[in-house]
Order: sequence, then C-alpha cells, then structure tokens
Amino acid sequence: MKRLSLSQAFWFLLRRDLLLAFRNRSEMANPLLFFVLVITLFPLAIGAEPNLLARIAPGIIWVAALLASMLSLDGIFRSDFDDGTLEQMLLSAHPVPVLVLAKVTAHWLVTGLPLLLVAPLLAMMLGLDEDAYGILLLTILLGTPVLSLIGSIGVALTVGLRKGGIILSLLVLPLYVPVLIFSSSAIDVAASGLPATAQISMMLAFLFLALSLSPVATAAALKMSMS
Amino acid sequence: MSALLQTRDLSCVKDDRVLFEGMNLSLNAGQILLVEGKNGSGKTSLLRILTGLSLPESGDVLWQGRPISEVGADYYEQVNYVGHHDGIKRDLTCLENLRLVQAMGKPLPIDLDEALDKVNLYRFGDNYVATLSAGQKRRLALARLVVTEALLWIMDEPFTSLDKASMAMFQVMFEQHLEKGGVIVLTSHHDIEMPQSDVVRLNLSE
Repeated sequence: MKRLSLSQAFWFLLRRDLLLAFRNRSEMANPLLFFVLVITLFPLAIGAEPNLLARIAPGIIWVAALLASMLSLDGIFRSDFDDGTLEQMLLSAHPVPVLVLAKVTAHWLVTGLPLLLVAPLLAMMLGLDEDAYGILLLTILLGTPVLSLIGSIGVALTVGLRKGGIILSLLVLPLYVPVLIFSSSAIDVAASGLPATAQISMMLAFLFLALSLSPVATAAALKMSMS
Repeated sequence: MSALLQTRDLSCVKDDRVLFEGMNLSLNAGQILLVEGKNGSGKTSLLRILTGLSLPESGDVLWQGRPISEVGADYYEQVNYVGHHDGIKRDLTCLENLRLVQAMGKPLPIDLDEALDKVNLYRFGDNYVATLSAGQKRRLALARLVVTEALLWIMDEPFTSLDKASMAMFQVMFEQHLEKGGVIVLTSHHDIEMPQSDVVRLNLSE
C-alpha cells in the first residue's frame, strides 16, 4: 500500500485534532468563555456611558481576542509533546511544515472561529457603530489566524521547557502588536464612516506572510525542542 | 553487500559529559543491535541520534551508505520508532490510533482488527486508550510495527510493563522481521532470547 498523499495526510491530521478537541470540549471552550467574560466586565466597570463604550469597543474586543488566543496557545502542541505523538509526527515521511499547518488550522477552527460568531453580539452590547460590524468581522476573520500562526512558533520553541508560560508571552506578545494596531484601527476608521481598505490590506498581507513562513519556522523550532 | 545502517565516528555530549565518542557501528540486513548500559549511559541518546530526532556532537549516521540528513523522507519512511513514550493519544480509541499511525507512515495492507489480534488486543478496538492498562498501552504502541512497513525498527525499552507471554510474542515478531531482511536496534533491561538471530551487543558503560 502506498503512503497517503500530502493533502490526505493534512486532512487526516486536521480531522483527528478536531475530533480530539470535540472530546475535550469543556477545555476548548475556555478561550471563548474568557473572551465573553472580559468584554462583559467592561461595561460594569466603566459604567453606563454609551459614547465612551462605543469609542473604546474596538480596542476592548481586540485586546480580549488577543489574550484569549494567548491563553489557548499552549494546547497546540502540549499534549502531543507529552504523549510522544509529536515525536512520531516529526519522524513521519510527510513534510513537517504541512503537518504543522494542519494542527494550527485545527487549533484556529476550535479557538479562533468561535470568536467570530460571538463578536457581533458583544459589539452590539458595547454599542459599536453598526457600520463597523462588517469590518469587525473581517478583522477577526483575518487577524485570529495570524495570532494562531505566530503563536505556534512561540509554542514550538517553549514546549520542551517545563515552565515556558511566561517566556511564551514575552516571545509572542510583541509579534501580536501589529495585528492589534491595524485591526482596532480598521474598526475605528469604519465606525467613523471612512474606508478601512488600507488597514485590511495590511492584515491580508500579515495573513499571507504568516501562512507561508510560520509553518516552516514552527517545524524547525519543534525539531530544536525535541533534540 | 554494503551495510544498511552505519555510524561513522559518532559522538554524543550531554551537559559537558561525553556519553560516547568515535563510535563505528555497522548493521546488515537480518541483524539486531542490543544496546546495553547503566542508566544515563546514553542508550536513549544513541537511539534518538539514529532516528535523526537529535543531532550528534560529531560524526554521521549512514543509511545504505548515505548520511540520513541527505536521505531525508526516504529514510523516515524506512524507520519505525517506538520511544520511551508510547506515542498514542489517550482520547482516541485503539483503532483510531492505528489509523493515525498508518496515515503518518507507509501503511501495510492489513485489516486493523487483525493487527490488534496480533498484539493480543482483539475486541479492544473501540476502547479508549485511557481505559487500557500500562502493558496494553505498550502493546498498542508496538502495534505500529504490525500496521506500517519499515525496514528499520528502533525501540527504546519495548518490553516495559509487558508480561512474559507478551515479551515472548514480540520476540517471535522480531525474529520474523529479521528473517525478512529487516534491521532492529533496541535497548532493554530484560534478557533477550533470540537464539536463531544474529544479535550484536553494544555496552555503553564499558
């Protein structure tokens, strides 16, 4: 029997990770719960000032999304590292960056995509201008995969350390900042009724850059962590 | 005929301690290398270098005469590694784990229920790995040898938590693999009784 084609191996690993996530769904819901909780606390703390809330809504939503993404990062490779399946993945005859991309995709589908579904609801609660809803969804759709892809490099570097949590945040946060700036700026601009084409183009550029480079970097970092 | 697996001037240093240096090994088809030595003498390090997971301090590992870093994917296709960790997911069933193993390697045309039967796990196909005992998990980890095709088997303490009957069963399986022209490298604290086979012993403590 021949070994699976590359795309078959990609889909197989993606499906396996989704199945595992489904079986651990309570754990997987954590980032989403965090996202919702942080955002609902803001109106309580700041008070009922609709104008102020609407003004800071883009920032709140994106800071919460960023922290929610960081919270879930360690899960990309942790359990695979602990039970030795990561070792086996690196020894596979398939190119490791493609397998890494499958794992990161699964991670994004489980932790990033749900944010997209609840974001409009939270935006409505904060009183964000209706014109900005489309751009809000677009920034989350383009931005959260970038967070997962960049984060995977950091996790791959720290997965071999016993207490890599703090180093991971220090490594990854600076790289998250451009995404934060451009996405909240895009929503801001859209809320004032101006076109956000420039910011969205930059985010598209981030996404393609991360898609093409980060799996290679992650695969190299994983090999270092394993040796 | 040139050797399948060779090492050339291999040395390994961990935390400023030299574990071994200038190691020259040569294994032909049908030979089994039994790596012995005290705890911490570098058995696992040697095995990981042979798989390519770790890099040696100096020297090369050669597969059919070419360095494994050059051979790349064609080498990985020929290696089956059973490490210290079982490499199976506890939240998947036995069958799902075997399918994953096949997807990552070069699958053999074997019915998976039959494969489970070969490692004495028949009827456990739909059980979650989390519910298995330590020995059963180890047998499932070793089942990767049955469901994928590879010439070189590298195993780190394969007999941990196995009972005597299972150990004997796997030794028969090893002998069959050697008869078919395979190569095996393993570490074990248990005695290996394979009188029919060409056993090469390497003691890292001496």
